[in-house]
Amino acid sequence: MIATIWAWLSDPTNWSGSGGILAQALEHLRLSGIALLAAALVAVPIGLYVGHTGRGRVVLVNAVSAFRAIPSLGVLFIAALLLLPRLRGDLAFELPSLIVLATLGIPPILSGVYAGIGQVDPAARDAARGMGMTSWQQLWQVEVPCALPLIFSGLRSSMMQIIATATIAAVVGLGGLGRFLIDGQANRAYDEMAGGALLVAALALLIDLVGALLQRFVVSPGLTPATRR
Amino acid sequence: MTALGTDLGEVAGFAAQHAYLAGVPLLLGLLISLPLGWVALRRRWLTPPVIVGTGLLYTIPSLALFVLLPGILGTQILDPINVVVAMTLYTIALLTRTVADGLGSVPDHVRQAATAMGYGPLRRFWAVELPMAVPVISAGLRVAAVSNVSMVSVAALIGVSQLGLLFTDGFSRSAMGPIVVGVLACVLLALLFDLLILTLTRLLTPWLRAART
Repeated sequence: MIATIWAWLSDPTNWSGSGGILAQALEHLRLSGIALLAAALVAVPIGLYVGHTGRGRVVLVNAVSAFRAIPSLGVLFIAALLLLPRLRGDLAFELPSLIVLATLGIPPILSGVYAGIGQVDPAARDAARGMGMTSWQQLWQVEVPCALPLIFSGLRSSMMQIIATATIAAVVGLGGLGRFLIDGQANRAYDEMAGGALLVAALALLIDLVGALLQRFVVSPGLTPATRR
Repeated sequence: MTALGTDLGEVAGFAAQHAYLAGVPLLLGLLISLPLGWVALRRRWLTPPVIVGTGLLYTIPSLALFVLLPGILGTQILDPINVVVAMTLYTIALLTRTVADGLGSVPDHVRQAATAMGYGPLRRFWAVELPMAVPVISAGLRVAAVSNVSMVSVAALIGVSQLGLLFTDGFSRSAMGPIVVGVLACVLLALLFDLLILTLTRLLTPWLRAART
């Protein structure tokens, strides 16, 4: 079993070419990156607003947990059935999935941002106000830097959600490493499926590691011990 | 009886299987993460490996885990056991940290009072620390329950029978009805799990209600 998977993974012809492992891994990253960016563009401003003003917190908490209950596979199929007939070209295969990926990526970022801003030490906030900072300066110079650990963990779990859903989206025609899982199943080739699954898991771990490293460099060293608990 | 072109008797059958595939792992995961979380909290040097290790489990995409487990366990790919094991792993990944946090949130003076009253370490854990950690653990359990329900549906892609089959079936026939029914049934099931855990938590923590009134 392991030998056949290894044989598939170490076969150079599986790595090169337009449908090869390298190309699909890059495609997976490209699609996940676009989705994460889109999700962050929506979620970060809302999270900052709710965290800073405290308005709409209850609504947001409930919305975020309700969102988690929605099965991603079902939403993918609904988006594909609704949009596929209305779109043409390459966009037809990517847009429905991308919309779903971005939408599912929003809740983790939202909860990370507002929870991060919300848990900033009130003393730090008061000090900022006492120093004569405007509300805007307080947000960007005090609250956001203090909230970065939780903002990062929100972004990272959003990325994990997106990478996992992008894998599933191969079933509605999206490119990426999920192709090996879906195509392997269609061809009854367990070595290809398992090889693809290993690659997807490795990619997810690698990206999370990069996120952790990035977090280490970006977050102020003064905050690290408190977040490590 | 049918709704949106879907046989509701069939949906009920799928829902029961779905509840089993999401619920059993929840219990198993809780049972396993209790000792894990305790160890992570009480043996300082074990904290990083246990917390990071279980956290890494969660980064593995569900479809990948469903496909890899038969190879590791030596089971058939259609065997529901794969899904149960995968969901148990995800539950452990989510709960271990929560259990450690919950047990860690028990105030020191309470533990000392229990010790002073003659409670041994085991009895203190069962009678004092664990009950006091219930609210935190239950919050984690609710997250795990809801995400389990939505993740189990992915197993439809490898053909395991549950509500997710309505999605694949609907998509292959370009029929929106079964997919919508499936999504609604999934959300409803998640809500039921959530309600069940909330009710159990209320029953297990009568002192919280007493304090409020």
